[in-house]
Amino acid sequence: MDYALQQLLNALAFGAEYSLVALGLAVVFSIMGLVNFAHGEIIGVSAYSVFLAAALGLTSPFVAVLLAVAAAALAAVAFERVAFRPVRYAPTTTGLLTAFGVSIVVQNLFMLLISPKPQSVSILNGLNQMWFFGPFAVSSLQVMELIVSGLTILALVLFLNRSTLGLAIRAASRDFATVRLMGIRANRVIATAFAISGALAGIAAVFIIARRGSVSPDLGFGLVLKAFVACVIGGFGSLAGAAAGGMLLGFIEVGLLVALPQEYGGFKDALTYVIIVALLVYRPEGLLGQRVELGDKEI
Amino acid sequence: MLTVDNLVVRYGAVSAVRDLSMKVGRGELVALLGPNGAGKSSTINALTGLVTPASGRIVLDGQDISRVRTEDRIRAGLTSTPEGRHIFANLTVGENLRLGAATRRDPKGVRGDIERFLALFPVLSERYGQAAGTLSGGEQQMLAIARSLMSRPKLLLLDEPSLGLAPKIVVQIFDFIGELKREGLTLLVVEQNAKQALRFADRVYVVSAGTLRYEGPPAELADEHGLFNLYIGG
Repeated sequence: MDYALQQLLNALAFGAEYSLVALGLAVVFSIMGLVNFAHGEIIGVSAYSVFLAAALGLTSPFVAVLLAVAAAALAAVAFERVAFRPVRYAPTTTGLLTAFGVSIVVQNLFMLLISPKPQSVSILNGLNQMWFFGPFAVSSLQVMELIVSGLTILALVLFLNRSTLGLAIRAASRDFATVRLMGIRANRVIATAFAISGALAGIAAVFIIARRGSVSPDLGFGLVLKAFVACVIGGFGSLAGAAAGGMLLGFIEVGLLVALPQEYGGFKDALTYVIIVALLVYRPEGLLGQRVELGDKEI
Repeated sequence: MLTVDNLVVRYGAVSAVRDLSMKVGRGELVALLGPNGAGKSSTINALTGLVTPASGRIVLDGQDISRVRTEDRIRAGLTSTPEGRHIFANLTVGENLRLGAATRRDPKGVRGDIERFLALFPVLSERYGQAAGTLSGGEQQMLAIARSLMSRPKLLLLDEPSLGLAPKIVVQIFDFIGELKREGLTLLVVEQNAKQALRFADRVYVVSAGTLRYEGPPAELADEHGLFNLYIGG
């Protein structure tokens, strides 16, 4: 029982983390058609900000969390202003290459300015403890990850449904020109989407630092690939799809770890992708994506 | 209210609008007529700033807006209901109306206006919480016009309000447009359906192949049968 509960919590926590990062990708993609592969470096900027602040004497974990989220949101907005805005109206492949460029430049900056080696960050270690509920021992970090992700997604849903800017982001995902005809500034809508995307990445960064206790230049890159997969599973551009895809990916991974005999554990990723390929053969548009035939035009 | 001088719109080597000049006076309903591909929508898009003209000047209320961004033109009091309606299909009817009022800072007034349009178009009231994409074409057109009016514009540009709608619905839409004119709104209506557009028009411009062919009162246009049939038909 203890084991089953632990694995369930594992799956939920992994899934929650993938969902947060996948949502960040999806918010930007839905309105700009940009797959922001530099999203991992937003997580990186967030993590290194906490590392630097701790090195300069910051001791409050609470302030570190705020800093992580703020730094990520700022980094995302800065990436948009400096790198993505000039290529906004260029073909989508240009945006994709720009994102890879930003990713490589920022990773190399971490290596040059700080170190290519992982750096220890202990300021958030306090978040990672064992909590005991009667006979059950659970990781405080995983419980928090689940709760915070849930609350974050709830806040995002409220924002997108209640505020004018949130409505504009949803409308812009289908028809940006008409949103501008409402007198809503395109730059503001896009900057807000990037800020949201960054804040989600910052929250994910907090959990990554707390779990690993260190930062490294490629910190976010692998996670963004996973988040990309989560978006594809859920249907690219669909926010609900990104959240659901992230959760499903967490469950597939943990499920395989549990089901596979120890010596085959190395096949986890390969089998994960086999399952995903099978899923996409069955539903090419993803779980919650909409089927668009070539030549279809939205009326 | 609106003065357009020597407007030129080009897409690459193709000229969509050639040297078009026109005026819309305060409280007027001006019809811009012409066949498919005459450059009517290009003119509207140049007026809202969604396409950048190659040359020409657009003056709204004495202010040159030729180089002003779309968003700021809307804030200056010019609004357009685009061709094909372009309602936000994934948003509810209510959310569409709220976005129309995005530039306003008087929540009470916005709520009042929403209630006024819901009373005017009971079907929008019935479907208030539903995705706007589920509305019929005519209902979507009503919503699109109501959404444009939510910003309380000084000048409303209507691009092909009759497009793809049943004749009975088209009459209703134009009845409403006539009502707006009586209330004092300034309108520029782009149409292929000349008969309906001429019902309330004070003045008419006819364009063909990007060039102005006629300018004057609707009565004279109806008299000049050759012109009418050549450029508009029916």
